[in-house]
Amino acid sequence: MSKDVWVFIEHAQGTPKKISLEMLGCARRLATALAGSVVAFVPGSKVDQVAAAVGQRGADVVNTAEHALLETYTTDGYAAILADAVRAESPAVVLVGSTAQGRDLAPRVAARLGAGIVTDCATLDWREAALMATRPLYTRKAIGTVRVTGAPCIAVVLPAMYPVADADPSRRWEVRRRPVQIDGKAIRTSVREVKTVHRETIPLIEADVIVSGGRGMKGPEHFVILDDLARALRAAVGSSRPPVDSGWVPHDYEIGQTGKTVSPQVYIACGISGAPQHLAGMSGSKLIVAINKDPNAPIFQIADLGVVGDLFEIIPKLTEAVKKAKGGSHG
Amino acid sequence: MNIIVCIKQVPDTEAPIRIKADGSGIDDTGLTLVMNYYDEHATEAGLRLREQFGGTVTLVSVGAERVKEALRTGLAMGADDALLVSDPALAGADHLGIARVLAAVIRTLPHDVVICGKLSTDDNAATVGAALAEYLGLPQATAIAHLDVDGGGAGAVVHREVEGGVEVLAVPFPAVLTVERSLNEPRYPSLPGIMKARRKEIKTVTLEHLGLDAADVGMAAARATLVRLSPPPARKAGRIVEGDAAQAVSAIISFLKDEAKVLS
Repeated sequence: MSKDVWVFIEHAQGTPKKISLEMLGCARRLATALAGSVVAFVPGSKVDQVAAAVGQRGADVVNTAEHALLETYTTDGYAAILADAVRAESPAVVLVGSTAQGRDLAPRVAARLGAGIVTDCATLDWREAALMATRPLYTRKAIGTVRVTGAPCIAVVLPAMYPVADADPSRRWEVRRRPVQIDGKAIRTSVREVKTVHRETIPLIEADVIVSGGRGMKGPEHFVILDDLARALRAAVGSSRPPVDSGWVPHDYEIGQTGKTVSPQVYIACGISGAPQHLAGMSGSKLIVAINKDPNAPIFQIADLGVVGDLFEIIPKLTEAVKKAKGGSHG
Repeated sequence: MNIIVCIKQVPDTEAPIRIKADGSGIDDTGLTLVMNYYDEHATEAGLRLREQFGGTVTLVSVGAERVKEALRTGLAMGADDALLVSDPALAGADHLGIARVLAAVIRTLPHDVVICGKLSTDDNAATVGAALAEYLGLPQATAIAHLDVDGGGAGAVVHREVEGGVEVLAVPFPAVLTVERSLNEPRYPSLPGIMKARRKEIKTVTLEHLGLDAADVGMAAARATLVRLSPPPARKAGRIVEGDAAQAVSAIISFLKDEAKVLS
């Protein structure tokens, strides 16, 4: 087994996903403990631009796997090339982002390789010849420490746990191009189409600031005030479960036990009471601001700043104040 | 159509949990245990396929004797049969071990489609479904939000929500599917269904019946082990601002500037 730490790089339009860049920082810590290298594994059809981006942000080696059939993610295609590459080079650890793709891929590859796997990782360390992960359990009512052994150890890492390093164009990295052979017939589940859902705000798992609405938003038409605030703050818009169940916002807005797990720098909860099922998805946020009419709302028990008041009055004024603050600093 | 639905019994997410003093796990005395929320959606998906194509829905689970209660919930919803793999040698098994056991039991049953919840709400691992597909050598589609099986039952077109979009996938059967909650609205068990489920015999099998060795699937084979369970770091209530909108806005702006440092 080598001492290297691999990062599975997810990318789109020539740009690595933020979670992939975050994992390069996590991989560096592990590689230092292991005295190994950070290796970015970049599958796709044309990946030079992505390879350069991850090299500038901390990969010692960029292992590319290019093939026309890897243009779009498929379980069978990607599991085959990742499993083959891991078998050939035996890294100690493989990090995969907790995304739709990563959660589809990692367990399949772990099963194929007889690897150890832990998912939903908040922190990772290498201690006494094992990967030690902490992860939320039981609707975030507990934190588990999980010890993973195996060759390799595969960890699926939550977003926003590690900072993204600045790009350093003077860094040097080695590019290794893996020969790829894929039989098109081996790809059983095929992609017919990827429908892009256009959002003016950034994706939830990439946001430093999240503005989230709950039952207190009172209807779909009011989410526009959250969109405006989010645009001013360069934030993403999410929701608790009731707006999704009521059909006010799409399912992919949902944060909580039955939705996404997020941990932005700031989470602004608007009209959200703070049910345990919602806290499960957001109580790992660094800072929480809550705006709610009900002074007894449970969300105030975990908010760093609690504002008792009418969000329909406060949010538009807040958006104006944010614009003014930003305008002031930029010109 | 031979439909298999995999079930897990988990603590009710609304109930508080007690962490054992030695941090080895949770104390489950008196804890309300229920069928995993997503497995209700998986069961519903199975029942709808049976309504469309005929056939049977068989529930399978791995765990202690009391897991039969969760299986009875699925039977009460309308599943035809249930099978439990229960063996003390499985204590300490990891997700891949459980997936191996499920694969072994499913191999003994005719199966055109195997349906799982996309994750279980106790550990959120989202690991068993895709690992099971690998052990069975079947194609997979995970976290599906839409399922459209073709008229001949030879395969399905499914939708999966991915970051920023929806993937439309074609998956040939037999396959393993894991389901998102937006796929369907699970039915409530009917009263006659509950009565029937109560009388239904649930077959229990051991590792030996399946020709499995504890050394391959139990604790000895586990490569992921929970070493400690602790309470989450306590979040303290912070400042509370009451007052008019202007005061609220100025408090939030200072917070975003000075503490969160997301506004310069």
